[in-house]
Amino acid sequence: MTMLPPEPSKKLGLVIDLDICVGCHACAVNCKEWNTGGYGNSLSDQDAYGSEPSGAWLNRIHSFEAVPMDAHGTPQPSDARIVHFPKSCLHCDDAPCVTVCPTGASYKRAEDGIVLVNEEHCIGCGLCAWSCAYGAREMDRASGVMKKCTLCVDRIYNENLPVEDREPACVKSCPANARHFGDLADPSSDVSVMVADRGGFDLMPEQGNKPVNKYLPPRTKTSRCASQARDDEVPNLVSLAKNNQSTGILGWLDRTLDAIS
Amino acid sequence: MHPASSVIFFTTASGAGFGIMGWLCVAILMGHYILTPQTILMGVIGLALAGVGLLSSTLHLGNPQRAWRAFSQWRTSWLSREGILAVITCVSFAAILGIYLTSGVILPWMAGSCLVLSLLTIIATAMIYAQIKPVPRWHTKLTVLCYLGFSISTGMAVIAAVSPTRYHVYLAFGGLVLAWVFKLLWWQRASRTSLSHDGSTTATATGLTGFSSVKLFEKPHMTQNYLMTEMVFEIGRKHAARLRQIALLAGGLLPFICLGLAIVTGQTAGFVMLSCVMHLIGVGVERWLFFAEAEHVVALYYGKG
Ligand code: SF4
Ligand code: SF4
Ligand code: SF4
Repeated sequence: MTMLPPEPSKKLGLVIDLDICVGCHACAVNCKEWNTGGYGNSLSDQDAYGSEPSGAWLNRIHSFEAVPMDAHGTPQPSDARIVHFPKSCLHCDDAPCVTVCPTGASYKRAEDGIVLVNEEHCIGCGLCAWSCAYGAREMDRASGVMKKCTLCVDRIYNENLPVEDREPACVKSCPANARHFGDLADPSSDVSVMVADRGGFDLMPEQGNKPVNKYLPPRTKTSRCASQARDDEVPNLVSLAKNNQSTGILGWLDRTLDAIS
Repeated sequence: MHPASSVIFFTTASGAGFGIMGWLCVAILMGHYILTPQTILMGVIGLALAGVGLLSSTLHLGNPQRAWRAFSQWRTSWLSREGILAVITCVSFAAILGIYLTSGVILPWMAGSCLVLSLLTIIATAMIYAQIKPVPRWHTKLTVLCYLGFSISTGMAVIAAVSPTRYHVYLAFGGLVLAWVFKLLWWQRASRTSLSHDGSTTATATGLTGFSSVKLFEKPHMTQNYLMTEMVFEIGRKHAARLRQIALLAGGLLPFICLGLAIVTGQTAGFVMLSCVMHLIGVGVERWLFFAEAEHVVALYYGKG
């Protein structure tokens, strides 16, 4: 049923820390691995070993170059930094992808807010993917149905898995601990506290989708100019090396090579 | 957005089909509809165009065998509403014709409701696109007016081609002018409507709003993916401008001149037919551009904007 449920009392979602993510793509690979054998049809690839491979992925990592500015708004290009940006479905409260669906295949769960596709009912019209501002839905070209992040609904409630594994595959695999999973409707949950402390934000709030997933901003870094000043106080490493009178066979070698060159 | 030929054909053909049905219902209400081979042919063409259009729209589905499920979500989905309205309109129009043919009775209340239904069907088709907020160029009431305008103009163009009376030629004139006024307004709005129309930028898309600039450094993958081929479709600016000229020329100016010549020379049938064919071709080009020129905000994640 493509009517949105009343606001769920539990909103499961992810919090992704853009300060910590190193862009290793491990979360995307583990997502693909788990979901190709898990919920619904497998995630197909086309021309996988050819020159133009493509395929359905539920999580993709983009990298951006961000140039900071000083207090006066002047750009500081020498302090430019790379921000790795993982993106998957944000399980929006006002999910347009659900209401546009003509078949009822897309739905949002009343009990935990997870947005899912019933692949048995999906006709593959693609309208839901058009309605998502974030590009979080991808058509599976082999099965002709829409795929999207399920928040690993088949892991987080899976009693066959040890308790510590009952979290989304991406969260489980992140080597940097940049991804966190929890209930964002509960203000005392770890994820909610993290969002409050670090100023977590929504992506494209102007699109009015009220995403559940939140992102944490990169922390302000010490500027290069400041660290340059610090460098000047450090004794010159080359002269330190020169003063270092090596002894023994290595010292002899060092002096001989110096003399030759 | 990727201009799928099945969708271009669907919107153009079914638009004309429901336009014809709507006009014929107006004729019935005004007491002008008399059974002749020509007027029956008009009705049959209307039904055929709508039917063929709807069938072609299932061609781009991943699983067309389940298309019947699309009739279920009329409460929220414009696509579902469109499917339901299209079928009800065709059935009620076929019933009007059938009753008239078999018993000679024509029921004005049926024609009245069928007219409303055909207009609602065209509006529902347009709303499938106009509702998509992430595509700023589509997200406007002008999109609905354009679809209505071209249904009215293509519907009358076909009717005039089948029965080239002076009265039909004048109505075809009116239809052409109405449709192109809406479309020119749409194009004018489109040229001032950027990807950031609703405030979305690469900065808001990534949340990196505290920086002086944010730009894509690396895409997730080196090759294409579904999002890029479907929603980050690009045509050269030069081609877009040229194609707009072709659409306007073939779909507007030349048909207009042909209709004028039809009246002046008295060679009505030939010129009106020519005008109808060119108008339909021009609207096809216009529809291709409607998709090809529409930018989706997801492009912000792929280095656009
Ligand atoms: S991120 Fe996109 S697919 Fe996910 S709930 Fe929001 S609108 Fe729907
Ligand atoms: S592609 Fe499937 S899930 Fe998406 S709108 Fe169409 S039927 Fe619904
Ligand atoms: S696994 Fe963690 S660090 Fe690696 S790309 Fe994903 S979120 Fe970033």
